[in-house]
Amino acid sequence: MDRRQLLDLYFVDARARLIDIAAFLDRLDRADGDGDFRAEAFRRAMKELTAPGSDRARRVLLALSDPTVEPADKAEGKSACGAHPGAVDAEKA
Amino acid sequence: MRYIEPHAHMVSRVTDDYLAMVMAGCEAVCEPAFWAGFDRSSAEGFYDYFRQLTEYEPRRAARYQLPHFSWLCINPKEAEDVALAREVLWMIPEFLARENVLGIGEIGLNKNTRNELQILEEHVRLAAEHDQLILVHTPHLEDKWKGTRLILDVLRADTRIKPERVIIDHVEEHTVAMVLDAGFWAGITLYPESKCTPARAVDIYETAGAERLWLNCACDWGQSDPLAVPKAAIEMRRRGYDDAAIDKLVFTNPYMFLNQSGKFRLRE
Repeated sequence: MDRRQLLDLYFVDARARLIDIAAFLDRLDRADGDGDFRAEAFRRAMKELTAPGSDRARRVLLALSDPTVEPADKAEGKSACGAHPGAVDAEKA
Repeated sequence: MRYIEPHAHMVSRVTDDYLAMVMAGCEAVCEPAFWAGFDRSSAEGFYDYFRQLTEYEPRRAARYQLPHFSWLCINPKEAEDVALAREVLWMIPEFLARENVLGIGEIGLNKNTRNELQILEEHVRLAAEHDQLILVHTPHLEDKWKGTRLILDVLRADTRIKPERVIIDHVEEHTVAMVLDAGFWAGITLYPESKCTPARAVDIYETAGAERLWLNCACDWGQSDPLAVPKAAIEMRRRGYDDAAIDKLVFTNPYMFLNQSGKFRLRE
């Protein structure tokens, strides 16, 4: 498919998701309290959206990934939260 | 359209889902052992679960003429309790000879702990000793990149393991290349939030290629969609792919991998 066809297929859906993200950030700004590392990780990952190249999805995922390499001594619960205080360097991954 | 659903937790689904899947073209469903949403309190609970997977669930699927297969293990979410996990591991060989058991899975990591790694290594040993296929679960969200690397290290450390007999599931854009480059199969899981959308799955297919790749829905008790694979096939069609390309990804590829078990049989 060429770019025009892809825009026809996906633009409105992507536009809706973009506005959802904007509204989420507005919601965070309106709220009280300090939040936690997830907000910073989210803003860090967003920078990848405007980076050059065609691997933005990979880079966003890495920006939200645990960069450590050693196994954890024990599990702190079973669930993942979606972000990590650190981030994987996409250039080295 | 025909397709194989290679990863679905049907014990958590209603019977209507079987009917919907068959109506959408499903030719077989495969069910890896997984976490029930709560920790089982004893190995006996797993024994009953393995009987449910290998005896009861195939009968439920058969009402819709749908062949049902399973994979057995203790899921990494319950591997922190090493003593319990070993009790479960000991009972698995009793079930491996059953005609509908395809291999060991879904093993892997959840929070990338030392105990999870220990039990993963013991599952891999069990699979090697019994010449079983392996289905691997990779961790969720922020834990996936690190966990996938640790899993690859474990698999490569056992020289008896043939990469072409191992599927590493739930790959995303940041892990698919490391899995395929190491010679393993890769599974893309279609999930509403925590894994891939149909559009992203087709993107990965376009960039990684069609070899050693399958799609699955991994539907379970959470927010998930038992018809996610046929919906991804529709997504491929919207992008202009022909029936042959779609058939390869959603039917031929999983058939080729699963057929290595020697037990994977479709309806005549």
